[in-house]
Amino acid sequence: MLVLVNGMEREDACGLTLAQFIAQEGFDSARVACELNGEIVARAHYGDCLLAEAGRLEIVHFVGGG
Amino acid sequence: MKSSTLWGAADMGTALPRARVAIAGLGGIGSHCAVFLARCGVGAFHLVDFDVVDTSNLHRQHYFTEDVGKLKTQALAKQLQRINPDVCLTLDTLRVSPENVAALFAHDALVCEAFDDPAAKALLVNAVLQNNPHSRVVATSGMAGLAPANNVCTRGVGRRLWVCGDGVSGVAPDMPLFAPRVALCAAHQAHQVLRLILEED
Repeated sequence: MLVLVNGMEREDACGLTLAQFIAQEGFDSARVACELNGEIVARAHYGDCLLAEAGRLEIVHFVGGG
Repeated sequence: MKSSTLWGAADMGTALPRARVAIAGLGGIGSHCAVFLARCGVGAFHLVDFDVVDTSNLHRQHYFTEDVGKLKTQALAKQLQRINPDVCLTLDTLRVSPENVAALFAHDALVCEAFDDPAAKALLVNAVLQNNPHSRVVATSGMAGLAPANNVCTRGVGRRLWVCGDGVSGVAPDMPLFAPRVALCAAHQAHQVLRLILEED
């Protein structure tokens, strides 16, 4: 049961909602951008977006500075 | 025939003079990125920032003592015109918000995210990718401190987003921003924009 997160196989993501995964990683949902299977996920849908087997998640957690 | 030392982006045809690039945030990243792209002959810029130049900006941002107190949009516009008098500029002196972000960048096919606040970065990237299906965004994250310069890279995230930086070095009291590493990250961003305009990516 694997999900590809930023190209890495992860066993601890499958079955979680995107919101749960963001919390598990210690990320702040106000500071991320997420693409699941090639589609950007709106922040309002993090809670009902399920990370399924063989899903491909790209997640960017922004840090400050510019 | 010109000497090869003079060959530059101006010899790359009409794509660069016809290109328009939005720069959201005109601090250390945005000011350097705009200057780099103007030198390459990018013909039009949409410059967005609410702030004025402060003396505390001069350690890393592409401004000068005589710019202090001036709007960053105006001060940077003047610099770009000194590099290319034909440059076409659209200036928006305002703070990007959830309410105005979609309309503000609705006509920008190429957007550089150059804010310093991580929530503002995420707001812009999410809004442009969600609302503007043909736009591409080159964002930045992680350029503070003194970790190796080679840790700064450009990562493609899906088809329409690239993120430049080391991804982890956020600004903090013990991890300030130094001009070379910030400009390095801005150079990554400008380089990726060139690759997109010239269809190398």
